[in-house]
Amino acid sequence: MKELSILIGGKAGDGIRQAGASIAGLLNEFGYWIFVYEDYPSIIRGGHNFSIIRAAAEKILAHEEKIDILIALDQQTINKHSRRLKKNSLIIFDSNAVKADGAGFALTEMVKKNNLPPIVRNTAVLAVLAAILGVDFFLVEKVIKSSLNKKVEENIAIAREAYDLAKSSEKKFTLSRLDNPARQLMTGNEALAIGAVKGGLEFYAAYPMTPVTAVLHFLAENKKKFNLQVVHAENEIGVIGMAEGAAYAGKRAMVGTSGGGFALMVEHLSLAGQAEIPLVIILGQRPGPATGLPTYTGQGELLFALHAGHGEFPRILIAPGDIDEAIEAARDAQNWAWQFQIPVIILADKHLCESAFPANPDKIPAEVKAAKLWDGQGEYRRYLWTEDGISPLAFPGQVGAIVKSDSYEHDEDGITTEEAEIALKNAEKRIKKAAAIEAELKKKSLVKTYGDQNSQTVLLVWGSTKGAAAEAAERLGCRVVQPLVVHPLPVNELAEKFQGAKKIIGVEGNASGQLCGLVAAAGFKIDAKILKYDGRPFTPAELVEKIKKII
Amino acid sequence: MAEAQKNITVADLSTACPNTWCPGCGNFGIEIAVKKAFGELINEEKIKRENLTVVTGIGCHGKIADYLNVNSFYSLHGRSIAPATGIKIARPELSVVAMAGDGDAYGEGLDHLVFAAKRNINLTVIIHDNRVYALTTGQVSPTSPKNFKGKSTPDGSLDKPINPLELMIIAGATFVARAFAGDAEFLREIIKEAVTHQGFAFVEVLQPCFTFFNTYEYYRGGVYHLENHNPADKSAALEKAREWDYSDSAAPKIPLGIFYQVEQPTFDRLMRE
Repeated sequence: MKELSILIGGKAGDGIRQAGASIAGLLNEFGYWIFVYEDYPSIIRGGHNFSIIRAAAEKILAHEEKIDILIALDQQTINKHSRRLKKNSLIIFDSNAVKADGAGFALTEMVKKNNLPPIVRNTAVLAVLAAILGVDFFLVEKVIKSSLNKKVEENIAIAREAYDLAKSSEKKFTLSRLDNPARQLMTGNEALAIGAVKGGLEFYAAYPMTPVTAVLHFLAENKKKFNLQVVHAENEIGVIGMAEGAAYAGKRAMVGTSGGGFALMVEHLSLAGQAEIPLVIILGQRPGPATGLPTYTGQGELLFALHAGHGEFPRILIAPGDIDEAIEAARDAQNWAWQFQIPVIILADKHLCESAFPANPDKIPAEVKAAKLWDGQGEYRRYLWTEDGISPLAFPGQVGAIVKSDSYEHDEDGITTEEAEIALKNAEKRIKKAAAIEAELKKKSLVKTYGDQNSQTVLLVWGSTKGAAAEAAERLGCRVVQPLVVHPLPVNELAEKFQGAKKIIGVEGNASGQLCGLVAAAGFKIDAKILKYDGRPFTPAELVEKIKKII
Repeated sequence: MAEAQKNITVADLSTACPNTWCPGCGNFGIEIAVKKAFGELINEEKIKRENLTVVTGIGCHGKIADYLNVNSFYSLHGRSIAPATGIKIARPELSVVAMAGDGDAYGEGLDHLVFAAKRNINLTVIIHDNRVYALTTGQVSPTSPKNFKGKSTPDGSLDKPINPLELMIIAGATFVARAFAGDAEFLREIIKEAVTHQGFAFVEVLQPCFTFFNTYEYYRGGVYHLENHNPADKSAALEKAREWDYSDSAAPKIPLGIFYQVEQPTFDRLMRE
């Protein structure tokens, strides 16, 4: 067997996410490429949580709808997910809590008998799974040791008992070991944080908000290692205000939020446009309007991010779709923000932020490009008019420089003015900058393709939708085109990558086809759209069916 | 590398930007007090000129950013304190002075003010409190007295004013003072104390608005300097802060001076420990 999907489900508070991570760890040790999808409601106790762990011999970037093994720690898991079972699928369950056909073991009793808390069922079920798959016990031990720091010996003992019990079971599901070393598993949130550090991040501020809260956790945890200042501010307005202050003072700053928090930041986004403050914003999308589906995914904020902020000013929107792209996006965002003294928005989403993928962050080099700095000669003028629209930067603390940043229209010294002539020159400066940004972006390949490059059927995707689309395209023999930067749109490169296309199908996680609209406005014909807006990400099998109906 | 200038004068700290405050505006008193205080602090080597960074919001007060020849960040309405906090966290060696109006600090951006006090971040906040929205031509503000007849409350305002001193002492500010724009010399002294205070220093300045809320006579008849007051005594500080609650009264007694001052660890220092 070359591929396996496992779903583990239970109540919020049962430790499903940790159990899913352990299962992923086990299959990772067994040499498989991993993708982990987390599905949970916005509650701390109760409700229903599940993780889908998909393991494959080849690189994958999505989970599947159907599963091979269903692990149920409560009855609701059976009720909700039996529709996902295939003919040969197996149910592994805690027979003290669940009624089902399959491999049931009295796990609650086993844990109780050993005077351990109910959460230890997760260890027992991991061992049961390993026994059923024919994974050696030493790998179970290794995963327990790397994921737990308390009661390790007790957990190993329970695992041994469960493993031996399940080994004698008739229900077997043999998985062959692959000859690959274990890979580092990482979430999109960690990748964004690490990428930002590779781009020279010095200051991170945030207010907790799903799906990017883990960026705050990760950077706060590692602030000494990365030499960062990390602040959890009073609200998102405080967050972006502090970050702009830090950037004015010369530090590379980033903030992270979701749609609601971004909405609060919008006035300050406009300030970054007027005052020319370099700033990176991670916008982790989830479905709105308002509180919407706070723990689910969506791609509904592209047009919001594009148009957010009063007035007209240049910005860059980057939309990474996998772990490597997330690292590069956060790194490049810093460099572009400082090169052009603009806000750069990274459009992530819950599916990218919270899913786990194998990663090799060391192969992506750190890159901190120097911004255009004042040479210390003559009188410093913060908003000096230059050929390319970029004024040299100086920072408070530099002897001889008076650094005046201004939210009003201002003269070259940063003194407020309402003169028409200067207002016009500043507006033109912003237009010039936009042109300089487009010229710079042309130096880099910003459109990726997957599947059959010669296919006349093209799937146009952005962000995390790329994962499912790339796999669907492989199966159907069609082509995927994915712009990494969605504003300014890399129009020339898109034209190249669309060459020979007879049918362009936009695939997006929103109800209106937002990228389709932008690409159409750039002069390309979108022939069909496949849109999903129930908060759930696309899966390859689902996309294959939908594409088949169109072609 | 340029040399730091010695013997800074008020002229050195002034830009060529034409002043657009109304004649008689209380802001002039604040401006001269600020410039004198900054100049003296630089000349006394208590702060470095290049490290001095002023952050303002939007409103009549904010224009001071254009008039001061020092580093400045002219922010949004209600949003001087968050950037000031970011500047201080990013570069603790800088001397950061945030300014805001009453609408700015007590209305639009109250959250940032309360949290800055709560954190005891080492910066100075100077409030130009004219108790009216002036740049928008005369509406009730958070510190206007009850029954204030402005353009948005032609029949008089219905709610009582905020007492900012009481609020700041309770929120955790470690330096709380009040001065009067009509007494620039006293204000200059208070600003010098505030800037050299290690921690969150809050200076409320009673600033008459000549055009929309002329309180010169009212304040002149009511203000007095705190004497025999122990600023380390929080209860006494609160008691003094409550002596005048920003309401109208026939014979107000309005204490000025340092109400509260204690030393406590600052947020920016704790972050680096």
